Amino acid sequence: MIEARELTKAYGQKIAVDGLTFTVRPGAVTGFLGPNGAGKSTTMRMIVGLDRPTSGTVTVNGRRYADHPAPLREIGALLEAKAVHPGRTAYDHLMVLAHTHGISRHRVEEVIGQTGLDQVAHKRAGAFSLGMGQRLGIAAALLGDPATVMLDEPVNGLDPDGVLWIRNLLTKLAAEGRTVFLSSHLMSEMALVAEHLIVVGRGRVLADTTVRDLVREAGGDAVLVSTADPVRLRSLLAGPGVEITGRPGSEQLTVTGRTPREIGFTAAEHGIPIFELTRHEVSLEEAFMNLTHDAVEYAGRAA
Amino acid sequence: MSISATYEGVTRRRVARAELTKFRSLRSSWVTLGLALLFLIGFGVIAAAQARTGNDAPGAEGATGYSMALFGVTFALIALGVLGVLTSSAEYTTGMIRSTLAAVPRRLPVLWAKAATYGVIAFVVGAVGALVAFLATSAILSGTSSAVSLSDAGVVRGLLGAGVYLGLAGVIGVALGVLLRSTAGGISALVGTFLLVPGLMALLPDSWSDAVTPYLPSNAGASLYALTQGDGALSAGAGLLVLLGWTALALVGAAYRLKRSDA
Ligand SMILES: Nc1ncnc2c1ncn2[C@@H]1O[C@H](COP(=O)(O)OP(=O)(O)O)[C@@H](O)[C@H]1O
Ligand SMILES: [Mg+2]
Repeated sequence: MIEARELTKAYGQKIAVDGLTFTVRPGAVTGFLGPNGAGKSTTMRMIVGLDRPTSGTVTVNGRRYADHPAPLREIGALLEAKAVHPGRTAYDHLMVLAHTHGISRHRVEEVIGQTGLDQVAHKRAGAFSLGMGQRLGIAAALLGDPATVMLDEPVNGLDPDGVLWIRNLLTKLAAEGRTVFLSSHLMSEMALVAEHLIVVGRGRVLADTTVRDLVREAGGDAVLVSTADPVRLRSLLAGPGVEITGRPGSEQLTVTGRTPREIGFTAAEHGIPIFELTRHEVSLEEAFMNLTHDAVEYAGRAA
Repeated sequence: MSISATYEGVTRRRVARAELTKFRSLRSSWVTLGLALLFLIGFGVIAAAQARTGNDAPGAEGATGYSMALFGVTFALIALGVLGVLTSSAEYTTGMIRSTLAAVPRRLPVLWAKAATYGVIAFVVGAVGALVAFLATSAILSGTSSAVSLSDAGVVRGLLGAGVYLGLAGVIGVALGVLLRSTAGGISALVGTFLLVPGLMALLPDSWSDAVTPYLPSNAGASLYALTQGDGALSAGAGLLVLLGWTALALVGAAYRLKRSDA
């Protein structure tokens, strides 16, 4: 569990994170979504104590990260920026981190196996491809067998194989009951793995919701109907939980709360001709764009 | 998962072990330690060989066998000091510091562990190098008027003193790397402190220069291994205290920056 309260970070004049309050609940995959520059990486660095908040607090499992006697056991993090000495082998890098917590050599070998690094474990990390480097970062995050895993844009720059590998890994981590906190600037990535979403823009929380609700709010389950008699169809479809909109004089209605099937049957029963009956697809990407539109606009002008 | 049931937390000993593994696992560590030994032993041997053939090395007029043996201390100091700087500055230049501090978020234990492990390594290399340089030199000079022996008064203490000087210079290097977070900056500060500042003293009025010079890190360090104290120089004990003071100052600065600044 990660709890941020009024978390704020300013770099000089630049306010990167502006009073964020959110909770990452245990046992689920939570997406941390926002356009570039929204403050996701800064927030994640504050969670593990690398950056000091200007004000506000953030705790991991009830305590400040630094106050845990064995921090790597609480949360494992893959950060955006490189965090490995290129002259050290993957194995030695992991051994260094393991030593700080008295974690066994056996566990180091285990995470090397889990992340598919066996072949390159004794090669210097400086020679690694982007994908291998990412695997090494994930191996480090898993080292302490933490209940919470936090990954900052893990698929950025990876080839399709790498993306697929990360996606499978996330699914597996979630299936093991771990809390996964995952950032991305791409909604499409999120929709595949996250149930819960925290959407940020300009350092603020824009939405704290589920993927399903986000789509619904953006009009995702609406049905478009074109009919010869919109007035009559409208009154026939009306009912509790049903919302119908349509411009006067137009043959088109937008219906929420009824399925295309129900609408088709109703129209047929009453002999009302229908020319069009389509589910109104609001893509997640569209929903996300609507939400972050202002934030991006602002960033564009400020830059 | 196979994490053992024993309590696994960050302890000072574990952080020190991690720092030792960091040091061991980089090729540059071994190369630079080798260079330090080479300088320490090589320059002593060359100075002695020159004396033996009657060609005094430049600046070696009136040198004793002991001072010839330790001719390479300053060169070894640069190698060991630079390696000390690198040990910490490379954490920042490579980004490794983020992994380090995520594992040890209280931060200061990392600085103490780095300073302690590297200080001991530089001390051992310095003391062993000084001893070997001395033994080689005394073999070369045996039978000449500059002949020296390990049993001469103060020699063992002086060789240990050279090791302590190099060890503390290494710790100062570590501190400068954490303080400045840059390899170039750290090395410049180190070289400036130990090599350039003493030269600048000539620009001061004599009375000031005489008062200040003995307390510079380089001069305090030199009095740690000098067999006979020159005019106005500190005693070995006072030199040790002064050098410890400089080391503490550098560490306090490094600790402040490490604790206060974002990684
Ligand atoms: N160390 C820093 N110094 C100054 N500005 C920074 C620093 N880190 C991030 N920023 C600024 O803070 C804002 C948020 O950055 P970041 O957290 O990296 O966003 P995201 O990860 O969502 O793309 C950006 O405008 C960025 O330029
Ligand atoms: Mg980012």
